[in-house]
Amino acid sequence: MKSTIVVEINNVSKSFRQLKALKQVSFAVEEGELFGVIGPDGAGKTTLFRLINTLLIPDEGTLSVLGYDTVNEYKQIRPLLGYMPGKFSLYQDLTVEENLQFFASVFGTSVASNYELIKPIYHQLEPFKNRLSGALSGGMKQKLALSCALIHKPKLLLLDEPTTGVDAVSRKEFWDMLKMLKQEGISIIVSTPYMDEANLCDRVALIQKGSILQIDTPTSVVNGFTKPLLGVKASNTYQLLKALKSFPGSDSVHPFGEYVHYTEKDGEPDPKVLQDYLEQQGLQNVQIKLMDPAIEDRFMDLMHTAEEV
Amino acid sequence: MNSFAGFVIKEFKQIYRDKRTLTVLFGMPVIMMILFGFAIRNEISNAEIGILDRSKDEVTHQIIQKLEATDAFQVRAYLQDVNEIEALFREGDIKEVVVFEANFRQKLVREQRADIQIITDATNPNLANLVQSYTANIIQDYVKALNSEDQIEQAGIMPKVRMMYNPELRSVNLFVPGLIAVILMLVSTLMTSISITREKEMGNMEILLVSPLKPYHIIIGKVLPYLVLSVVNVITILILAIFVFQVPFEGSYLLFFAEAGLFTLTALALGVFISSVASDQQTAMMISLAGLLLPTVLLSGFIFPVQSMPEVLQWISHIIPAKWFLIIVRGIMLKGSELLMVWKETLILIGMTVFFIALSLKKFKVRLQ
Repeated sequence: MKSTIVVEINNVSKSFRQLKALKQVSFAVEEGELFGVIGPDGAGKTTLFRLINTLLIPDEGTLSVLGYDTVNEYKQIRPLLGYMPGKFSLYQDLTVEENLQFFASVFGTSVASNYELIKPIYHQLEPFKNRLSGALSGGMKQKLALSCALIHKPKLLLLDEPTTGVDAVSRKEFWDMLKMLKQEGISIIVSTPYMDEANLCDRVALIQKGSILQIDTPTSVVNGFTKPLLGVKASNTYQLLKALKSFPGSDSVHPFGEYVHYTEKDGEPDPKVLQDYLEQQGLQNVQIKLMDPAIEDRFMDLMHTAEEV
Repeated sequence: MNSFAGFVIKEFKQIYRDKRTLTVLFGMPVIMMILFGFAIRNEISNAEIGILDRSKDEVTHQIIQKLEATDAFQVRAYLQDVNEIEALFREGDIKEVVVFEANFRQKLVREQRADIQIITDATNPNLANLVQSYTANIIQDYVKALNSEDQIEQAGIMPKVRMMYNPELRSVNLFVPGLIAVILMLVSTLMTSISITREKEMGNMEILLVSPLKPYHIIIGKVLPYLVLSVVNVITILILAIFVFQVPFEGSYLLFFAEAGLFTLTALALGVFISSVASDQQTAMMISLAGLLLPTVLLSGFIFPVQSMPEVLQWISHIIPAKWFLIIVRGIMLKGSELLMVWKETLILIGMTVFFIALSLKKFKVRLQ
């Protein structure tokens, strides 16, 4: 089957007064793709989403969504979109069922006619259908919001940070649902500040300060990281960070979870030399192991290079 | 179900669920009515006055007795000389001094006219005005009685003041129309602007904009429930006014409700306009309260008569919708005015409403920017 483009963005820039939110962004999303926009807070993710969903007009460049221009043909685009804003909090004073019914009626459909599509998501919520949505947990709220965004069977689903502030288990469940929706043929663009979620996308765009650093499959993004990577652990992390930064030849030092990720400027670091150095610095329980780079390592790397340029 | 109906149902549900606000909205008219009706009165009771009687004859005695006989006045000082008046006022408790000229009765009988001077402490102009008219009223009553009893032809002792339509100067009569204006402003303007900005603040407006709902669907859907609430409130106030406070209702109920409906629309249009300017609930509330409710209370003639304001404020009062509404409703309730007598004010209100509706429809964006 020939794949078609659902979203095409050409050299789009957008500023809010002095702030350049997006600079010369271009990319395309294919039909049926699960496309991730990965970047820290303030990178321009929300602006990008609002440009795609026609709520904002670009200062420069063009956006075409499902074959329509976002500026002149926004009326054709809007009914085809399922949009979940980052701030979206549903109507807290309506019940789960009422929220769903409301969004169904506003989009000119009924819960019954599209029930099959949302059933896998909504059936988890059904025991609580008479509960006010304000009383739901964060994960439940997001599932309800997703159901509401899906109720009119959109062609393109735009999810702005759907998993922010949601617990790990609910996040995993949420991504499982996205995969399932992808099977249904719905194209999905999702943004997240969590690097680990990038691996679950077909392709990702790494975005930082309004510019796209790289667009590729998660594997290729990680493969772009070529330097050998060491994971270092010691009983005092703060002291360890300082010691690693002061080590001659040290390049990048980033704490990620349990281990501090460490690379050297030229080629291969010698774990033994490093271990001796760290113990000399008075650090205890030093453990060093070779690590596989993850997407955040590449992101930090790209960000670092972008800043140097 | 069509999207507009779905939206309206949701609005009603949300308002109905918010029991606290609902209690306030329905309770407020009752509480305000009782407060204004019983507690905050403009009537005078036991105002302390002084008397300077240079004549000390039968007629002046009778007039003084009349003044003393009412609950309104309490004679606290009998003066001997004009020079004492100023000192008495400076003490601060005396609101008014009534001066009878010398040979009062003689003049009255011979020349058919005699003068009474009424001096008031105008540091509180409203009170002074009130005290003065009240005194004049009492004197006039006396003169009328005098005429019929003693057959003295047209005895003229008069500051020529007559209080029409509200002879007892009952403040509740004046407050009711003002109260209706304030309540409608609160319910319609404040609540509508808050309810629309809440959608913006919660991020739901983004979805509504992306949805097939048209801007006027959203606006009408937001406004409709408050229109219903306003009608209920107007009826509540009217029932309380007529049955508890015996406020007269001279005019036509149909005209009254038509005008009240018009003013509600003005208030709703203002609310929608505010929400198109304000980005969050706080701002909307500040604009509604400080920018609209305060002027409505202070500048519309609700509490302070427009005529006694400085000219600048009088000009400002022209752009306050409540001022025109007050003129209309006072006319209908107290004077029995018909549409022909209030058409100018009605036209001004219609103009304002159309202006704000047009402005908000234009300002209501289909996008975020």
